[in-house]
Amino acid sequence: MFGRLTLDAFKHEPSQNSAVFMMVLTGIALIGLISYLKRWKWLWREWLTTVDPKRIGLMYIFVALLNFMKGFSDALMMRLQQALSVGDSQGFISAHHFQEVFSAHGTTMIFFVGMGVVFGLMNLIIPLQIGARDVAYPFLNAVGFWLFASGAMLTFISLAIGKFSAAGWLSYPPLSGLEYSPSEGVDYWIWMLQIAGVGSTLSGINFLVTILKMRCPGMTLMKMPIFVWSGLCAMVLVIFAFPILTATLYMLTLDRYLDMHFFTASGGGNPMMYVNLIWAWGHPEVYILILPIFGVFSEVVPTFSEKRLFGYVSMIWALVAITVLSFLVWLHHFFTMGASPHVNVVFAFMTMLIAIPTGVKIFNWLFTKFQGRVHFTSPMLWFFAFVLNFTVGGMTGILLSSPPADFQFHNSLFLIAHFHGMVIGGMLFGFFAGFTYWFPKFTGFFLDEKLNRYAFWCWMSGFLLAFMPLYMLGFMGATRRLDHYEASTGWHPLFVLAGIGALIILCGASIQFFGLFWSIFHRKKLWDHSGGDPWNGRTLEWSIPSPPPIYNFAIVPTVNQIDPFWAIKRGEAPPVEKKYEDIHLPKNTPFGLYIGVLTMFFGFAMTWYIWWLAIISFVSIIVCLIIRLSEKNEHDIIPAEKVKEMEAEHVRGPEAV
Amino acid sequence: MQKPIKPVFYMLLFTGLILLVIFLMQPFAIFKFYGDIDVLFPKGIIGLEERNLFLIVQALMLLVIIPVYILTFVFSWKYNANNPKGKYDPDLVDNSVAEYLWWGIPLVMTLIIAALTWFKTYQLDPYKPIDTNKKEMKIQVVALQWKWLFIYPEEQIASLNFMQFPKQTPLHFEITADAPMNSLWIPEMGGQIYAMPRMRTELHLIADEVGDFRGVSANISGEGFAGMHFIARASTDEDYHQWLSSAKQSSKLLNFEEYEKLAAPSKNNPVEIFQLKDENLFNQIIKKYMHPKE
Repeated sequence: MFGRLTLDAFKHEPSQNSAVFMMVLTGIALIGLISYLKRWKWLWREWLTTVDPKRIGLMYIFVALLNFMKGFSDALMMRLQQALSVGDSQGFISAHHFQEVFSAHGTTMIFFVGMGVVFGLMNLIIPLQIGARDVAYPFLNAVGFWLFASGAMLTFISLAIGKFSAAGWLSYPPLSGLEYSPSEGVDYWIWMLQIAGVGSTLSGINFLVTILKMRCPGMTLMKMPIFVWSGLCAMVLVIFAFPILTATLYMLTLDRYLDMHFFTASGGGNPMMYVNLIWAWGHPEVYILILPIFGVFSEVVPTFSEKRLFGYVSMIWALVAITVLSFLVWLHHFFTMGASPHVNVVFAFMTMLIAIPTGVKIFNWLFTKFQGRVHFTSPMLWFFAFVLNFTVGGMTGILLSSPPADFQFHNSLFLIAHFHGMVIGGMLFGFFAGFTYWFPKFTGFFLDEKLNRYAFWCWMSGFLLAFMPLYMLGFMGATRRLDHYEASTGWHPLFVLAGIGALIILCGASIQFFGLFWSIFHRKKLWDHSGGDPWNGRTLEWSIPSPPPIYNFAIVPTVNQIDPFWAIKRGEAPPVEKKYEDIHLPKNTPFGLYIGVLTMFFGFAMTWYIWWLAIISFVSIIVCLIIRLSEKNEHDIIPAEKVKEMEAEHVRGPEAV
Repeated sequence: MQKPIKPVFYMLLFTGLILLVIFLMQPFAIFKFYGDIDVLFPKGIIGLEERNLFLIVQALMLLVIIPVYILTFVFSWKYNANNPKGKYDPDLVDNSVAEYLWWGIPLVMTLIIAALTWFKTYQLDPYKPIDTNKKEMKIQVVALQWKWLFIYPEEQIASLNFMQFPKQTPLHFEITADAPMNSLWIPEMGGQIYAMPRMRTELHLIADEVGDFRGVSANISGEGFAGMHFIARASTDEDYHQWLSSAKQSSKLLNFEEYEKLAAPSKNNPVEIFQLKDENLFNQIIKKYMHPKE
């Protein structure tokens, strides 16, 4: 009846039990709170069934935030274990559990925090910046989100029921094969990635088409804001890279479920094929995460320098160059495989080429400040930290891309310090900049600037303290993923230092979290009274009220240059003519949510070999799709009169919220 | 928007402090932990070459990064909105000379680094024998769950989690795994190479000095992975021969049947020395994967 699911699946180590307990408690508290406030109907109508990209974007970021808490607890556990587990002491968790923790940390942070943040920003910003009222495929977009959310839910379920994979975040075979990992952990990993990955592909298609087909009149490709360009490049990467992941995971699934031998050495399969395939997806994935952040800074820096972006065309070519090159470098993740120098040298060269467009971007941003008026708001502080950390990360990246040097750094903590420098110092700091920058647009009030600054300094110093020692540990020959080491190695003081750094980051993250609630409670004081343009913005999203009405633009703008809103403000372009029209918008639909929940059941059933549930949920997904696709009346019409009323009403104060 | 308080100042102070601490700490740290910083102070020519490449590339990269740092601070300072002296020109959006310059400079730097890498990649190819007049020594390495087996086919011995060899003698490793993939790394001697089931990879290393070097497994291979390290002992010729003759007296014999017992998963294994009774053991281990399992 329940496949491989037995009562044993609920037995865990104490540290995990407390996490499960906290999770269940939080869940009950949330349900209680919603019931107490009688918000279930509101939740259903406004959020769960919505197809509005603004709402979906916020939900992406909410899910990413939940996962960040989990991924960050994992990180703290690793730091604690490595600070404690030296010599005779074995630390506070077992080796196997430690391996689950770092596998979960990587999986969570990349797939459910990184991707969540990227698609969250895409949903929120892209339609507004291209002057569109909606995305190209609103339902597809909703399905994409719900698949992402159901994958994320599976990570939480795996915490409570059964074990997670202990094979690292990329699960190289043969370790991830049935022979060495017979339990359900790798299956959980496969299905949560498979589900979230399909969701990403769908969302990628939606945004590619949105950007190509939904731009307002006059906005040619070379007049798009850089954030949209970066989104376009990232979505091209999503569409080309994620099918590789899907195919690779299917082959691993077949190996594990049907005893095939794609990657099993003893059956004529080749595990190294998996390593190639997973990085053919994995390297573009890194750029899927970072390209939109380049876009964010290309919006933030000019706005707070009161200047246009320096070298707009250069910037676009740099983005495109990175997009193309990112598919040609995957082998640099395993120079140590024993390929001949002919092979290694080509990939080393390709990797180094990426440094050129990336360097160009840094110079363009710097020279945007040149002869500008730089305002040091917190987004600019994040940019500052970004430049300092990202250049160091870039330098160590070049070092790693040189095969002979890589032989001494591969899989050492030097590598860990490098990519955390890129992902935290690059992606996460960039997201914080973007989040602070666009927050008033979607809520109507600011985040508390003072708390932002405190958080910033904690993050910055905590990050340096947590990761600079890792470079040194790499030099000392410390490899990644160690749950224990001998005292004679001399690593202990540096691991303790890194642990302290992680605690300072915890302070920073807590201040941000607190700051979010603080700002919500004090929103009247922090209200943005500028009518939707608090930062003297340049692009179309600042030309409409905040928070934007459901239809975004009452009048679809016409654009004839880069930075159209800035042009209007400077008198270089005519102001928008107020002529209202009927607006068609897609109706809410619960089928995205249904499909998400059913997929979660499907993933869970497949993980535990509960075949009847897998079949039922799979058939139900198909039925849901058929019902939804045969609906005739998908649109609501907002008449012109109503639009006029809504626009008048939108000039309002904090009392209305 | 709240008025910003001099953040550039803070940032400058902060970065300055960190740099100061790093610069002051560095001589101390290197003096104190000299023996532990294996990658920067290697004991073999291969490791040394790899270290030197690292230092050269690092220096070249710093030529670009330091100006970027300086520009970051100068521009933030000079064009701060609170600084009335900064010129303001909102329409300065391109300058072809400047842009050629920063497409060009990284391109030139990259080409220099790439050329150097090209040359060094061939020179330091792990499959390339080391050019000395001494005859190289062959050691076959098998990554197991969770221990390293070293087979000396010419000397007819084998050892577990320990290997000894004379200094200044080129070592030729042949590497495979009879377990999840792993990676053989002796940081003080030089770079690593993967150990994979059914595959045979090669690595050439040499130790210039006498010493005990820590060998590690650099790729996650399952539960006992953290305890899977070994000692690589470079000794004088006499010490080596002494060890060799005592090893040949070992009461433990290693043939394929004994090997199968040894290969069963175990953690934190102590050092063991065997007499090798099957010269072809290494090939047989690879062959295990050449036909489907029953």
